[in-house]
This record gives sequence, structure tokens and C-alpha cells, in this order.
Amino acid sequence: MASRASTVPTLDLATLATDPATRIVVCCGSGGVGKTTTAAALGLWAAEHGRKVVVLTIDPARRLAQSLGLTELDNTPRPVAGIDTSAGGSLDAMMLDMKRTFDEVVEHHAPRDKAAQILANPFYQAVSSSFAGTQEYMAMEKLGQLRAQAERDGRWDLVVVDTPPSRSALDFLDAPKRLGSFLDGRFIRLLAAPARAGSRAGLKVFSVGVNVATSTMSKLLGGEMLRDVQTFVAALDTMFGGFRERADQTYALLKDPETAFVVVAAPERDALREASFFAGRLEEEGMPLAGLVVNRVQRVAAPSLSASRALAAAEQLGDAEEKSTTASTTQGLLRLHAALAETAARQEAVARRFAAGHPGIPSVEVPAAAQDIHDLEGLRAVGSALTGG
Amino acid sequence: MPPAQPDLPKVRLHVVTGKGGTGKTTVASALALAMARRGRRVLLAEVEGRQGISQTFDIAPLGHRETRILHDRTGGELWGLSVDAKESLREYLQKFYKVGRAMSVLDRFGAVDFATTIAPGVRDVLLIGKVYEAAGRRTGKAGAPVYDAVVLDAPPTGRVARFLNVNAEVADVARVGPIRTQADSITRMLRSHTTAVHIVTLLEEMPVQETVDAQAELRAVGLPVGAIVVNQLRGPMLSAKALKQVSSSRTARLATGVAKDLESVRVRVTNGLVEGLLDDARQHADRVALERDQDAILRDLGRLMVRLPLLPEGTDAGGITVLAEALADQGML
Repeated sequence: MASRASTVPTLDLATLATDPATRIVVCCGSGGVGKTTTAAALGLWAAEHGRKVVVLTIDPARRLAQSLGLTELDNTPRPVAGIDTSAGGSLDAMMLDMKRTFDEVVEHHAPRDKAAQILANPFYQAVSSSFAGTQEYMAMEKLGQLRAQAERDGRWDLVVVDTPPSRSALDFLDAPKRLGSFLDGRFIRLLAAPARAGSRAGLKVFSVGVNVATSTMSKLLGGEMLRDVQTFVAALDTMFGGFRERADQTYALLKDPETAFVVVAAPERDALREASFFAGRLEEEGMPLAGLVVNRVQRVAAPSLSASRALAAAEQLGDAEEKSTTASTTQGLLRLHAALAETAARQEAVARRFAAGHPGIPSVEVPAAAQDIHDLEGLRAVGSALTGG
Repeated sequence: MPPAQPDLPKVRLHVVTGKGGTGKTTVASALALAMARRGRRVLLAEVEGRQGISQTFDIAPLGHRETRILHDRTGGELWGLSVDAKESLREYLQKFYKVGRAMSVLDRFGAVDFATTIAPGVRDVLLIGKVYEAAGRRTGKAGAPVYDAVVLDAPPTGRVARFLNVNAEVADVARVGPIRTQADSITRMLRSHTTAVHIVTLLEEMPVQETVDAQAELRAVGLPVGAIVVNQLRGPMLSAKALKQVSSSRTARLATGVAKDLESVRVRVTNGLVEGLLDDARQHADRVALERDQDAILRDLGRLMVRLPLLPEGTDAGGITVLAEALADQGML
């Protein structure tokens, strides 16, 4: 919009997505703002402009998933049908299966017999399928894998990733480190100590603390769980260091200039506040923030008529002594227009406040669609709005 | 046949969930406020540390200590709480083992992080455990309940069944022991007739789909679904006749009529003005049709349906009162 264009730089996603130096785009933001749709639309647009794209979605709406050909959750990227490949690009899509991804990590890094032991362990099964941070961790793990495969066999040159619907938009940055440092950390090593002969001596100094810690945990959780944890840790021994290292590697990948973060928000106070936290955090971490996508923005098709003028005209029509056959419809049209224009003005005010607090963050607006988006045509329309086409 | 609707006036624990962005914190706040305005002593709790309650009521950030948000003329009171898993663990250790001080040792060895973030399900048991404790707390021995009702601003629909189904969650890891016992008591209360899980939605496809899924998941684990709250309703802004007219394939005559009407009240009919008005009206008509379909899907769920208007000015304190009254009028308390 003209009034914002003068103060807010425009986020040029067309240039970003076609630049070969851009290898990873991460779409993040709070729940319900349209992250998945944005990721899919941007991936489709880039593919139809010559990039070889893979889109990693976390939890797509059913019909959107179907439109991408994601009928089964099998953790493997598959080509999306119906794409215009005339520019030489391609589009694959996949849905994350976090348990399977975790299993693959174990299978890949542990010797075969140990891997089987780990996979069968109740504690492992619980952590890999229900720990609140596992999804975030595995999303990042999968991102790393896709990026590595892209490097290796050249099947893709752009990975677009959607982030999990977390408690907060920041969770996916923190959870991998948390799980990584836990699995690799002090507490679990202490727990494992009794199962590892020889390491007891070194622990003498801590033994009082260790006893308090383990006996309290054991009271709290029951001894059985601790035993599961201990066998799990013992089996995992060969992989120690690996988890932390992988989390660190992915973190480094996210800081690389080949990565671009796109923060998605709805033009509402809460979503923009979350976006604001996220922008600040990315800056702190030195992660490359490309800009903000303001999604589902109300547009009016007849901007020349102000809301107040429209309302006044509707009232005048109502007061007129002789009413035409269309008068009541015209009144309705004017009131509807006024309501839409007011919504648009409010949204613009909220977006302006965000811009004032974050000068220099480029942004782009995507108009609200009348219906949810669940086919390639809808995604193309969003892609075109994203890239200013 | 769906299980009976919980008898809402008898419900003491109201759990409010919904897809992200549907306004579940707002609805939870309005529900708690409505009860407090009717002389009840109500606790409003959040468990995700988002500070949604303090933002809604425009007060200082809440912590793990219950804080009074307001006192009503009727004698009702609204209290707020942001449950912290670590603090719950500390209270828990103190209460059952008198070892609250062991926390620093546990903390040093990473055991607290383990229990509150890693150990599957334990975090949720600690979070709901606090809410459970508050809901069942009594003054003195066998005295009156401290709170007449507790409203929980719960995690979103995608996670809520797992969050509330603490029993199954810890079953894998804690088959015996006090965490398990605690989980059992919590589950008993959640499945009883004094609990209701309300689902907040918008009349859009994805939130409605999640509402349908959530109701099925909640039912599968034996949790009682209370009301379906449809939030941010705009309703049709055009008459049925106008909706039909603008959606028809031939609008040329209508356009001429509208242009004349506009001129009659001295609106300058610029190029594209009438077409623009009709375009927006067509989109609106599409939306109204879609909303009608979604509304029918929700009605089929067979629950009490409560409809809340879109607040053009957002949910400042005045807006919350409007929603609170609407909830009360529609039989949610």
C-alpha cells in the first residue's frame, strides 16, 4: 500500500527465491497464521520459476496435503503433480514423520544390534513419539538431511521448510538444543553410571548429590522408568556426542547466509507481537531474517470511497422518500464496504505499529482469500501475491 | 449417539481449547469473567507461559502464585495463575516428600530439566496437577472449596487430547509410583461430570476440521466435550436478496441501478467504483455460503453451540465484558 511503501521496505521474495545463493527458506510464526500455506505457495512459485524445490511440511491441513499429493505420511519427498516445469524447475513435497525420522537417526548412527535395542526401549519410544520438543528437533534433523542430500545428488537446490505448530514460534530454535544437550548431558550420564562399570570411581565426589538426585527421581517416577532410561542410555552410548553435534550443525546451517527466515503473521496484535519476539530473537542469534509476510490482509476493491462517506450515503438512501428497486441492495453494499474499509484501516494501523518498532524489516502483504486454500491454483495466487506479481 | 452434554452449571473445571488463532484465551477469559460477575470465586489458569491472561486483562505478568485480577460488586472474584512446571515440581516434592530443598541439588544435576521438559508426560502431569490441586482445594478440613470454578486456558486442539490424557501419557514411563498415582487422580476428575472441555473455533474450514477431530479424540479418551464456541462471527452484512443478486452471473442491470442510487445521494461514481462494490459483495457472498456449511458441520456435533460476535475494536476490557455476557446469555455457565 502506498502509505506504507514510503516507510516500510518491500520484502522481495521473487528475487530471494530465484537467487541461487538462497538454499533454505524457513517459514515461521505463531499458530494459525498460514505458515504451511505460505511455505507451499513459495515452494510452488520457486519451482515454476526454475528452482528444484523440496517443501518440508510439518502438519498440513488435510486438503492442502492432498493438493500436494501428500496422501500418506511416509517421510519421503515425492514429486507434486500438475506443476509447470517449463522453466526447468521441479517440486517435491513431504510431510514430517517425527518418530520415523528419529528411528532413522538411530539406525544410521548406532551399530545394528545396539540400534535394535534402542528402538525397542520403552523410554526411547516415549521420547521419540511424545516428547514436546521431538517434533522440533526432528524437523531440524530432516532439514539437515534434505540439505545434505541436495548437496550430494543435486536433486534439489532449494529447501523450503514449515515449522511445527509450537507453543511459541521460538520453540523450534530451542527444543533441538534442549533435547540434544539432555541426551548428551550430565544428568543422563549420571543415570547411566551404574550401568557402566568403571565410571563409578570418577563419580565419588558427586556421589551424595547423585544419590539424592537419583533416589528422588526414582521415588517420583518409579524405579522402572529409571531402569528403562539407564538401559536406553547404555545402548545409546555409542551415539553420544552425535546428538549435540547434529543440533549444533543444524544451528550453524540456520545461521548461514544461504538460509532465509520468513516470519509469517496475521495482521492482528497477538500474531504481530509473536512475530516481533521472533524477529528480535533471530537478530540476537545472528540468523538471517529476510522479512515479514503479513497474511490474510483485508483489501477493499473500491478504495476511493471512504468508510464514513459510504455509511453516510447508506443512511441518506434509507431516508429517501422514493426508493428505487435496488436501493436496499445498494445500502447493503455501502455498509459492507464501510465495514471492510474499517477492518483494513485497523489492520494497517497494527502493521504500522509493528513497522515502527522494527524499522528496516521488509514486509509483503497477502490479501485474504474468501476460501481456504487447498489446490495448486489457490497456492499460485498466494505465490503471486507473495512475490509481488 | 453422542454422550450427554455435561450439565454446565455443575461443572467446576472448564477446559478451553481451540486451534491457534481462534481466540481460546479470550474465550477462557470471558468465561471466567462471566462467572466472577455472578458472585463466584473463579481461578483462570494458563499452562504455556504465554502471558495471554495478563495481556487480555492488561495487568502485570502472572506467575506461579495465584493473583487476584478483580473483585466484583456481587462478591465474585477472578484470580489468575500462570502455571510453571518447575514450581509445580517443587511444591509437589515438598508436599509429598518434604524435600523441597532437594530442588537445588536436582537442578544442579539437570534432573529438574529432565522431569519438566524431557521425561514424557511428566511436564503435563505437573501442569495439570497444579490445576487439579486448585480445583479440589478446600478451606480447612472438609471445608468449602476455595474456588467455585476453575477455567483452564489449555493447549490448542492439536495437542489437547494428549495433554489431558495424562494417564496414558505417563503409562509408558511410570507404571507405578507417585507420578502415576497423581495421574490417576487427575484422570478421574477430568472424566467426571464436573469437567467440561470447550472447543473454540471460527467458521473457517481448518478450525472446523480441527474441532471435529478434537471432539473425536477427546471422546476416544473419555473426556467430556462441553460447548462449541464459534468466535469472531461477522454474520451476513447483506440481505438474502442482495446476496442472491450479487452472486448471479448477470449483474449488469444491478450495476446500473446501484450507480443511479449512488448518484442520487451524490456519491461520485468513479471508474470501477460499482464494480468494486460488487466484487467485494460477491466475495462476501462466497464467505457467507462457506460459513453456512461450516456452521452445519458444527451443529452436527450435537453439542451446545455458543456464538460470539467479532469485536471490531479487539478485546480490550470492554470487549471481554461483551463476550462474557454473550456466553452467559447462551447458557454456558
